[in-house]
Amino acid sequence: MSSVASMTISPRDAERYEEKDFGFWLYLMSDAVIFACLFATYLVMVGNAAGGPTPKDVFELDRAAAETALLLLSSTTFGVAAVALSAGDRGKVLLWLAITFLLGAGFIFLEIGEFTGMIAQGAGPDRSGFLSAFFTLVGTHGFHVSVGLVWIVVMFAQVFFKGLTAPVASRFMRLGLFWHFLDIIWVVIFSVVYLPGVL
Amino acid sequence: MFGRLTIDSLPFYSAVAASGAAVTVLGGLAVAGAITYFGAWRMVMTQWVSSVDHKKIGIMYIMLALVMLLRGFVDAAMMRSQQAVAYNSDGYLPPDHFDQIFSSHGTIMIFFMAMPFLSGLANLIVPQQIGSRDVAFPFMNSVSLWLTTAGAGLMLISLVVGKFSTAGWTGYPPYSGVEYTPGVGVDYWLWMVFVAGFGTTMTGINFLVTIIKNRAPGMTMFRLPLFTWTMLITSVLIIFAFPALTVACAMLILDRNFGFHFFTNAMGGNMMNYINLFWLWGHPEVYILILPAFGVFSEVVSTFSQKRLFGYISLVLATCAIGLLSFTVWLHHFFTMGSSAKVNSFFGTMTTIISVPTGVKVFDWLLTMYRGRIIFKPPMLFTIGFLVTFVIGGLSGVLLALPPIDYMMHNTTFLVAHFHNMIIPGVLFGYLAGYMYWFPKAFGFKLNEKWGTRAFWCWIIGFYVAFMPLYVLGMLGMPRRMEHYDIAAWQPHLIVAWVGAFIIMLGMICLGVQLVVSIRERNQALDLTGDPWNGRSLEWATSSPAAPYNFAVVPKVESRDAWWDMKQRGVAYERPAEYEDIVMPKNTYAGVVIGVAGGVFGFAAIWWMWWLALLALVVIAGTIIYRASDDDDEFIMTASEVKAIEDERFAQLAKAPKNEMADEPGFAGNAAPEPAE
Ligand code: HEM
Ligand SMILES: [Cu+2]
Repeated sequence: MSSVASMTISPRDAERYEEKDFGFWLYLMSDAVIFACLFATYLVMVGNAAGGPTPKDVFELDRAAAETALLLLSSTTFGVAAVALSAGDRGKVLLWLAITFLLGAGFIFLEIGEFTGMIAQGAGPDRSGFLSAFFTLVGTHGFHVSVGLVWIVVMFAQVFFKGLTAPVASRFMRLGLFWHFLDIIWVVIFSVVYLPGVL
Repeated sequence: MFGRLTIDSLPFYSAVAASGAAVTVLGGLAVAGAITYFGAWRMVMTQWVSSVDHKKIGIMYIMLALVMLLRGFVDAAMMRSQQAVAYNSDGYLPPDHFDQIFSSHGTIMIFFMAMPFLSGLANLIVPQQIGSRDVAFPFMNSVSLWLTTAGAGLMLISLVVGKFSTAGWTGYPPYSGVEYTPGVGVDYWLWMVFVAGFGTTMTGINFLVTIIKNRAPGMTMFRLPLFTWTMLITSVLIIFAFPALTVACAMLILDRNFGFHFFTNAMGGNMMNYINLFWLWGHPEVYILILPAFGVFSEVVSTFSQKRLFGYISLVLATCAIGLLSFTVWLHHFFTMGSSAKVNSFFGTMTTIISVPTGVKVFDWLLTMYRGRIIFKPPMLFTIGFLVTFVIGGLSGVLLALPPIDYMMHNTTFLVAHFHNMIIPGVLFGYLAGYMYWFPKAFGFKLNEKWGTRAFWCWIIGFYVAFMPLYVLGMLGMPRRMEHYDIAAWQPHLIVAWVGAFIIMLGMICLGVQLVVSIRERNQALDLTGDPWNGRSLEWATSSPAAPYNFAVVPKVESRDAWWDMKQRGVAYERPAEYEDIVMPKNTYAGVVIGVAGGVFGFAAIWWMWWLALLALVVIAGTIIYRASDDDDEFIMTASEVKAIEDERFAQLAKAPKNEMADEPGFAGNAAPEPAE
């Protein structure tokens, strides 16, 4: 942050970035309520397997653990990119953004594999209330991660073409908020959906 | 290619439906024709559609709201006519059509009349009340407007292509599920709510940030005008309540279109989840609607009583308390759906508790009027009409909050009477009062008072005649949403209610006439001072209409009722020694592109034209990315341009040295603007 702050930005711009950050926080809170509603629904529905597969039958802890590892790692690498940004090292920012993207893409890859596998074995979202809730909750998170991936690509292009200008840096910080937010949601998913499901 | 859209979707199956469609299409053509006739397309496109100026956005929201008020009222009049004649007869509306009409009436009135009206008033006034030059995110504001309009557009299209939902404005499953209602009607309802809901959520974020971050120096939280306070709490409610609606709608969409089982009767679905989620949004929603109206009443009552607001702090605290409590009562909407007695009594008690802060407010308004020198202009009439009528509605609400009574009354017309009793005087009168109160601020001339007064009397008398019989009918056991009936005792009351709707129609006409007459005679009612009512808050410090930047010099606030205080201290119309450059947001079409694409997306999803839906999504994403990469979205208004505008303002002020209120009997005589030298 320090170098963003020390970039020559006018007090007015600084104020605008602060407003944008605050607005983004509010968006995240609103989004958190969406997830809260989805979690609540999942918890109500988890027993409604309608004679179909139950959590024990469909969750694979290894895969969920691998997904978790990828996502947590991507949050870390994003942090490294942020440090590089503060240092004003554009090359490093690009490098670590790329790594973050790959890790996030790996997560999505695993998740798509998980979903298609489940659908193939007859455990798709139309099988039961439990599976509808599962696919919607985890899928909504996955959708967010995909949006985040697109955003990382856009960010990459902006850093590449525009350099570490103040507006770019300000967007970068919000992307960071978003990415870490998704990480936190995932941790809750892991502990509310997968762990109780397989234990 | 066209999904499930076929030629049969056009409304040629019934004369009533076809004429509704014809009116819609002709109305659209008439507007387009008028714009062409006046050669105004360029002006409309470059100064309005692409505008990011909060004042213009506010005006467009209110125009949308008034059009939808008319549409919603036509629906209501059709229902009243049907029920007046449908004793032992089919009347003129087939059941399926009647069901579409009550569904569209409720949906329109809540989502596309009240919500845009609220956003419109907020846009028009909040930035000026807090001494700000703009909202925090002008571009996002434009996106919100156009997404809301897209939702309303889908609403209107549903009249022409396909049918509308028959599941009421609440869309309860399993009836709204695909098994019982397979057509596109419910999908229309779902997608329009979904699209407009995004716009609303962004409005909430925008205004919360604006009010927290953009206040003028000295404008502390406890100096905020009451309307701004209520918008602050409303924004919080929007941010936390709308996600529940989004989730409920999304799940129902998944159920209907992709075979999910959230709310179905089979395969482990549970429809109570929908009802909980819906009202988790729905109850706060009624406070989202009514709190800003309370804000308007607070402003109006103190201005036209020529006194400071009584009990400012208690009004603020009551607003916050209502905001909090509104999240704790949602279950009173389904007392009869099998919760335990303990749960029901908890929610019954919480509901009753909300009447306490609301009562505090009523007393504050009354005490503001007490010993004031009241000036009975139309906004004040609406306020007094509200106070009297609202208390009756509140009492019937406390009755309904008692689960045993609710067991007798639920889904009868008693409930319909109750919520109209809250929502017409409480919400609609508030917005109309705000519309008449702030109209001169938006356009620079006042609305005709004679027609405003007539409109008020028609509305209030019509309201009583139309809705008091429904209380009686409810006690006689008439269910809501009835298409025809065979109980003779009901008909007289329904005929009286029909007469009431007719009187309300006269009120609607008066509103229209008022607008036309006022525009025609605007030169007699010019507001040259910018402060036609001898106002108290900062929006009256700007010219009418305000300059694009609102304030050439951001005001310094030294007390509550900031503008009043400045007039007292004689610093109100001071001319600054020099002006400075002002940074302004550039106009952009990105907002309307996103809005239109959002509407196209909704339409495509309703009709299963997935390629088109995908295309619309790509357009939206592309526009967002384009915007997000654009670092050049502002321009500078130079000091000399500012000076030119301000010079003109002071020239105007010199022409109107006297406060226009000074002719009123009982005018307290205060702080007339000093003519500039
Ligand atoms: C202008 C005068 C109005 C009249 C004459 C009127 C009349 C009616 C009628 C006849 C019904 C159907 C009652 C039944 O099914 O038994 C109804 C329902 C309803 N009205 Fe109004 N109304 C008016 C204004 C409003 C306003 C301003 C709002 C909200 C801002 C509103 C919101 C609703 C809602 C939410 C329903 C329930 C729809 C449903 O059953 O799904 N109405 N109204
Ligand atoms: Cu409620």
